[in-house]
Amino acid sequence: MPDVLGKLYRAGEPVVRQGEKGSQMFVLQRGRVEVIREGDGGEIRLGLLGPGDVFGEMAIFEHEVRSATIRALEDSRVLTVDRRTFLRRVQEDPSLAFHILRSLSHRVRELDGEVARLRARLGGAAP
Amino acid sequence: MARSPWKRLGAADELRLEDGDRVAVLGGGPAGSLFAYFFRRLAELVELDVAVDLFEPRRFDRRGPGGCNHCGGVVSESLVQVLATEGVEIPPGVIQRGIDSYVLHMDVGDARIDPPGHEKRIAAVYRGSGPRLSAITDDVSFDRYLLELACAHGTRHEARLVAGVEWFDGRPRVRCADGLARDYDLVVVATGVNSHLLETIERLGVGFVAPQTVKTFITEFELGRERIERSLGASMHVFLLDLPRLEFGALIPKGDYVTVCLLGREIDDDLVRSFLGSPEVRSCFPGGVLPASCCHCMPRINLAPRGPAWADRLVMVGDSGVTRLYKDGIGAAYRTAKAAATTALLQGVSADSFSRFYGPCCRRIDRDNRIGRFLFACGHSAQHLRGARRALLRMTRREQATAGSAARLSGILWDLFTGSSSYGDILRRGFHPGFGLGLAWNFAVGAWRDPRPLATLPGRPLRA
Repeated sequence: MPDVLGKLYRAGEPVVRQGEKGSQMFVLQRGRVEVIREGDGGEIRLGLLGPGDVFGEMAIFEHEVRSATIRALEDSRVLTVDRRTFLRRVQEDPSLAFHILRSLSHRVRELDGEVARLRARLGGAAP
Repeated sequence: MARSPWKRLGAADELRLEDGDRVAVLGGGPAGSLFAYFFRRLAELVELDVAVDLFEPRRFDRRGPGGCNHCGGVVSESLVQVLATEGVEIPPGVIQRGIDSYVLHMDVGDARIDPPGHEKRIAAVYRGSGPRLSAITDDVSFDRYLLELACAHGTRHEARLVAGVEWFDGRPRVRCADGLARDYDLVVVATGVNSHLLETIERLGVGFVAPQTVKTFITEFELGRERIERSLGASMHVFLLDLPRLEFGALIPKGDYVTVCLLGREIDDDLVRSFLGSPEVRSCFPGGVLPASCCHCMPRINLAPRGPAWADRLVMVGDSGVTRLYKDGIGAAYRTAKAAATTALLQGVSADSFSRFYGPCCRRIDRDNRIGRFLFACGHSAQHLRGARRALLRMTRREQATAGSAARLSGILWDLFTGSSSYGDILRRGFHPGFGLGLAWNFAVGAWRDPRPLATLPGRPLRA
């Protein structure tokens, strides 16, 4: 399609792989992707992302390898945001990071809920 | 020593917006709509109840010049990324074509520049609803999309023509052609430089002087999607031609049409004829034949500011104030609109507040434009030196054909053409010893050996 932006990932195609180095974050424009953690026991799905969701932003702030694999569940269109472009603009306009902070804050809230649910399942006592 | 136009106007009493205050935005192009959007979004965040009225008489769903804001219509790579980060996605119905590469055309040959990743991150858009007499489609103009975005966040669209701004009891009063007169706590001017309103505001005597401008030329040719796909692909085509007074010429594929955009000094019919008649431009059209132009305009663009873009309760954004030299005008509209909105809400609406908190954004763009002038002068010299053109061509082709190469020249040309980086950043990269040595080597070799074609255009080989 000529009248769209970003890059098309076919269903099953990875957008990023766990353990890779990265200097970009991504904005999902169309489709759905899954977040997968790969370990000795196989793959664990950590979550699903939809249009408008931002992922891979940890690579912008930390010089660490990707913590999870992101794979397209269906044909998905993804826009890449370069670290250099993002950080240069944040230097001029710190409020540009609001949307990312909101997304990270939402994720921390979800993880808090998940930890509470797991603890309740394991016996309920706080350490 | 000339006084900087950005010097502070002197201390003023702090003026702050409060609950129940009103803001008028004059002009519904990207600068006006983005100001309204960011202002309302931030006002919600800080829980301030300030109404925003956006005055725009133009109907962006109308085809031809009546519904258009007269611009090449390219949303730069960096702006696409930044808007996506802000949560603003340009929908497919607004994008006439996603651009993934540039093709540089010179009399000595062509070179295609692909960024790493081959991703479409530049959007070609219509500022109105398409050229005159074009078919009616469901497509939405970029300006209409942004205006609707602003209205969805609580901005009220006033479809009225503003005749002037007056001062009444220490506050600006907006007077419309239909007789309406309303007082505001802040007036934001986003009319661009092709409006009579800037002269009216100059006459207010608040220290504002309209920017220095230059004439551009924009025209549209109907080719049809399939022929555009075959002949131009998803590339923007830029021209480095040995034509006097021409700074930059480009072909931008959009839907069924190709937009031709010329920037230079004193653009007139002769220059337009020379450009369109050049073999380099003709080779981009099927059979080397240009169809009849279906829509054209000669709008002026902001070349340099001549004074501060603010006063008490008054601020200019986008082209009305300061913009990037020749490139990324919509990106500059975004930067100035957001900086002005943040200042007005969080710091105040006095000249002093705008000077301290909005001024740095304007000064940064203005300073960078001075470097841009130097870079365009270098490009202009290359236009007249055949040896330099051959060196540019040879080095670009070699970089593009070598996987994993540093691609220093390609990166510089990409950022210069797309407006994705500041001119200062481009200049810094130009000082890299590897770049200088590479260019010198290619200049020496190119002087006696013709560059060979190393890449292909969609549907046809690049010219040797």
